[in-house]
Amino acid sequence: MATPLKRVRGLGAAHGGTETFWRQRVTALANIPLVIFLILSIVSHIGADYGTVKVYFAQPVVAVLMLALVISVSVHMRIGLKEIIEDYVHGEGTKIVALVLATFFAVGLGLASILAILKISLGT
Amino acid sequence: MGKAKLGAERPLSPHLQIYRPMLTMMMSIAHRISGAANAAGFVLLAWWLVAIAAGPEAYAQVANFFASIPGRLLLFLFSWSLIHHMLGGIRHLIWDTGTGLDKTSIEVFAWLTIISSTVLTILLWVAGYALMGSQ
Repeated sequence: MATPLKRVRGLGAAHGGTETFWRQRVTALANIPLVIFLILSIVSHIGADYGTVKVYFAQPVVAVLMLALVISVSVHMRIGLKEIIEDYVHGEGTKIVALVLATFFAVGLGLASILAILKISLGT
Repeated sequence: MGKAKLGAERPLSPHLQIYRPMLTMMMSIAHRISGAANAAGFVLLAWWLVAIAAGPEAYAQVANFFASIPGRLLLFLFSWSLIHHMLGGIRHLIWDTGTGLDKTSIEVFAWLTIISSTVLTILLWVAGYALMGSQ
């Protein structure tokens, strides 16, 4: 039965629309300045001592930009890995395992990085 | 007539090995490879961040690796992969608007991505080295 609301949403049996496509574009856009910031942050601290790096991360602006980067990248990464797996892994079982592992990888990497940034910027 | 032969006699659509490798095709593949490489590269960032949070001893290990020649090379390749994927992505965002899809534009975009990703990566390293010790 098609209710008027269902017709307006226009999603059909898939219950989903273009959110993933849009999310990939929004995170892509956010990643442009954030990745440039990341590269400059890493390169300018090659060989830096512990104190210097800690002071750098203690700046709220640096912590916020790093957090934004990690979140945006994790979301973008999960969608990208999912797309690659869906295109090249054809066995149903292997595909599901690979998709779950890709999600665990992106979420795990994101959470570890976020906790580290919070710990550095909020003190020990 | 064997059963196996019947399977091959239906019309099959041509796959990759039929086509002459073309730049635009290679760039499409490079976008995926750089995307996957970036995912792996973010392990380096997580390692760096976790080590800083863990303390001076853990940090010293990462810092030594990052400062070594293989470490710097790996970081350079990671940053080049990031920038390559970023410029390839900007190309995709332009295509999303429906512009730049003609044959000349896609060739120009492909060359622009290769050249400017290399130039921009080198520029960022120069800028990064110039910023050293200034914060």
